[in-house]
Amino acid sequence: MEIAFYLSGLVAVLATLGVITNTNPVHALLYLIVSLIAVALVFFALGAPFAGALEVIVYAGAIMVLFVFVVMMLNLGREGVDQERAWLRPQVWLGPAVLSAVLLVTLIATLWSGDGGRMIAGEMLTAKAVGTLLFGPWLVVVELAAMLLLAALVTASHVGRLPGPTSPKGRRDAGARKEVS
Amino acid sequence: MNWPSEQLVASLTAMLQGVVILVGVVLLGAVLTVVERRLLGLWQDRYGPNRVGPFGSLQLVADLIKILFKEDWIPPFADRPLFVLAPVIAMASLLLSFIIIPITPGWGVSDWHIGLLFFLAMAGINVYSVLLGGWSSGNKYALLGAMRASAQTLSYEVFMGLSLMGVVAMAGTFNMREIVDAQQGLWFVVPQFFGFVTFLVAGIAVTHRAPFDQPEAEQELADGYHVEYSSMKFGMFFIGEYVGMVLISTLIVTLFFGGWHGPWLPPIVWFALKTGAFLVLFMLLRAAMPRPRYDQVMSFGWKFCLPLTLINLLVTGAVILIADPL
Repeated sequence: MEIAFYLSGLVAVLATLGVITNTNPVHALLYLIVSLIAVALVFFALGAPFAGALEVIVYAGAIMVLFVFVVMMLNLGREGVDQERAWLRPQVWLGPAVLSAVLLVTLIATLWSGDGGRMIAGEMLTAKAVGTLLFGPWLVVVELAAMLLLAALVTASHVGRLPGPTSPKGRRDAGARKEVS
Repeated sequence: MNWPSEQLVASLTAMLQGVVILVGVVLLGAVLTVVERRLLGLWQDRYGPNRVGPFGSLQLVADLIKILFKEDWIPPFADRPLFVLAPVIAMASLLLSFIIIPITPGWGVSDWHIGLLFFLAMAGINVYSVLLGGWSSGNKYALLGAMRASAQTLSYEVFMGLSLMGVVAMAGTFNMREIVDAQQGLWFVVPQFFGFVTFLVAGIAVTHRAPFDQPEAEQELADGYHVEYSSMKFGMFFIGEYVGMVLISTLIVTLFFGGWHGPWLPPIVWFALKTGAFLVLFMLLRAAMPRPRYDQVMSFGWKFCLPLTLINLLVTGAVILIADPL
């Protein structure tokens, strides 16, 4: 399982680099999808197949579809690629890259010197175990997240609703349409 | 130490089973293309393809030769890598889903305890085939088809997962074999009737079959997302649709109709009979149903099916808790 963990971790890192360096927005999003699937495989390798499956279903299968959908609609074409290329000049990314590299070295050094923690043992966490954990000790957090999502749902449905026939905006739209026709 | 050892024999048998299932599914998908046209002809009072071979039985061979020898054309305005990748995703994600289908007690590729979630994950990945195929074609009809397909599939996948959760709650597992075994007394179609109905609707919508074939509506979109595809790349989308039909049928049989269980006949025959019945149902729906308007499809999914699955799940949970308090 350790080999699978390191391989998929490597794929995740390389794919994420691909997201940043690719100049075509849709291709960059594809790299992001590969990266998310690689993270899902990391979960599988760590013995959490439930989390891995959810990662693919929710992130790669639903959220990223919406990202690709929106980028497709933008119709970026050649100009988008040129703009991305202009933003990717070394003087733009060199400074932040050096600073993050320093942070990365610090992180690796800390991990190296400290406690090794638990090793990848290959034990499996079943869906039932995740469920009892979520609705046992973490019940309040789950319910709070549910309320947050409900609020988001109500807001989205309010923002996206069609203007009713009585609202002033709707009437103006109808009038404008009549003038055109 | 005796050679070949038991372990080697077991793993070779498992591999052979996997290959047989894979090839069998693809062949079944190809055969279904002809079967569907014959059946549509029968139901619509016309002949259908009946010229090649006795009763048109060799039509498949003719189609295969034709599709293999067509020019494999990639439009110059297309996004090449994505254009090639899209049909691969279409075929591969559907074929991979068959890993979790238990055919008989002895037949099946793998037996995971997250089985059902794996299917939902692959169904999520499958959306990209249409999305990328439509976008990379650089054609406005293809883009419109891809738009419709992705919005429709996303909407229907939401309650497809929810419609199956009633079954999961009753069986107490995501494992497909255990779900089949939990149905020995009573098929889940009886207590989970609404789950079955909504899953059937979602399954038809996710495979873009009529009456949910707005993404490829010939009359409006000139075939939608695969309008620029030719030769075997088109073939992969085409066969992929039928492989999707087989997948949804086998899933319905496994989850709601007791899988291989049945009296008198051997398990494989029961499984084949039940799957065949649902394949014919898919075709009959196409022959019988008109295509609704696109916004009607979307509001039907969100305003009718989603609340129905939620109520179904709520009632199922309540009944389970009342019957068997913790």
